[in-house]
Amino acid sequence: MKYLSILLSVVFLASCTGKKNQSNDIPSDSIFNLNSVWQNQDGKSLYLKDLQGKTLVVVMIYTSCKAACPILVAKMKQIEKKIDRKYIDNVSLILVSIDPEIDTPERLKKFAKSNKMEDKQWIFLRSDELATQEFANVLSMKYKKIDPVDFSHSNIITVFNPNGKMVSQEQGTEIDVESVATKVNSTAQMFR
Amino acid sequence: MYKYFGIISLAFILFSCSKSKEETSASVAMNESREPDTIQPITVDVKMVYIPGGEYLPFYGEDTVLVEVKPFMIDERPVTNKEFLSFVKANPQWRKSVVKRIYADSNYLKLWPSDLELPIGADPDAPVCNVSWFAAKWFAESVGKRLPTLDEWEFVAMADADTPNARRKPAYSDYIVDLYLIKNKHLNPVKQSPPNYWGVYNMFDLVWEWTDDFNSIMVTGDSRTGQYDDKGLFCAGAATNSTDVMNYAAFMRFGLRTSLKAHYTVANLGFRCAKDTSLNNN
Repeated sequence: MKYLSILLSVVFLASCTGKKNQSNDIPSDSIFNLNSVWQNQDGKSLYLKDLQGKTLVVVMIYTSCKAACPILVAKMKQIEKKIDRKYIDNVSLILVSIDPEIDTPERLKKFAKSNKMEDKQWIFLRSDELATQEFANVLSMKYKKIDPVDFSHSNIITVFNPNGKMVSQEQGTEIDVESVATKVNSTAQMFR
Repeated sequence: MYKYFGIISLAFILFSCSKSKEETSASVAMNESREPDTIQPITVDVKMVYIPGGEYLPFYGEDTVLVEVKPFMIDERPVTNKEFLSFVKANPQWRKSVVKRIYADSNYLKLWPSDLELPIGADPDAPVCNVSWFAAKWFAESVGKRLPTLDEWEFVAMADADTPNARRKPAYSDYIVDLYLIKNKHLNPVKQSPPNYWGVYNMFDLVWEWTDDFNSIMVTGDSRTGQYDDKGLFCAGAATNSTDVMNYAAFMRFGLRTSLKAHYTVANLGFRCAKDTSLNNN
């Protein structure tokens, strides 16, 4: 009995510190250091560090975009299909709005529905202008509002490991979904 | 005896574990805005100059579309070493030994021997350099200001000593390019040269400067040759092109801005602050 209780407390201690490490031990170059508050498509507030623990595939878009964004959204869906099903629970595919004014949670929700991106691995995020600008700068993404409805912006799909460290970036409308998916699978496997 | 000890310690561990969990969820729920307490305000003694704004033709933009710049206030000179020191004194998270790499690369405040010491022999009134966009942005926050937008900065930069818009004078660009070629000028103190038409100092003769939206220019590394059309890299990228090819000095600034990332720090890249104003020129 004596040994059992000591053993038990050691197990609990280990699980407790394990959890603690996960939230405190963020690398210096991790996106989880950003302290901005975001809303998802369900209107729930969250910090980026709430996304910790999964491999992240991130793209910035705006829902009223008629030009390259539909291509980017299609690329994200192709990437999602190529992710090994045994890792899918360890991956989040995240679409971040560069137009927080128009892209309300309701609008993002609608967008998710009409694009059939409603499974739990799909996350849509919006914040305020300051946080959006900061996040775009972390991705080295260029963007500019060119008229009341449109933005000119670079097309980048970024993969982060579960600690928020950038592991790859692909640019342009010719993004190779195969190589992004391979990176996602290998990252998810490494952190399983 | 041991049995009880084990149970007590187990209970204690369980308790401390759940407590820390509660704290985290509470902080998420309560803190709905950006953590306002993370930046401590500081005061600096710098005069701000009123700029009435007006229409201006951006160097890069939708061709021939004039952009309206609203009235604003801008620091008469760049932020100095001394001022940045008081910022890091008040805001330990921006000291060089602890700053997060996502906010500033490893050359941040490169020549400072330690967290609270200016570079040996540095003039406290010389512009601060080796600061990232994030650092500049939060410095501005700490003094209750913001960074100037690219359009605001370039609007002020159109002036020479006598006129608000000297762009058409051939000597204007040549003069600036000559200034750009002088080495180590960033080590000199601010306000030693004459101000421009608005009363703003050191736009060209000490450092390059961060602007708030430096990341808004859609040119790719190869586009200056005109041979590689990489418009696929940008959504609506064709909307952005050079409109003022004669202005080589402006071209150099735009070249630098497009090569920067927000966590980069550069030996001769500093910044100044701006703010909105409700005054107008009528």
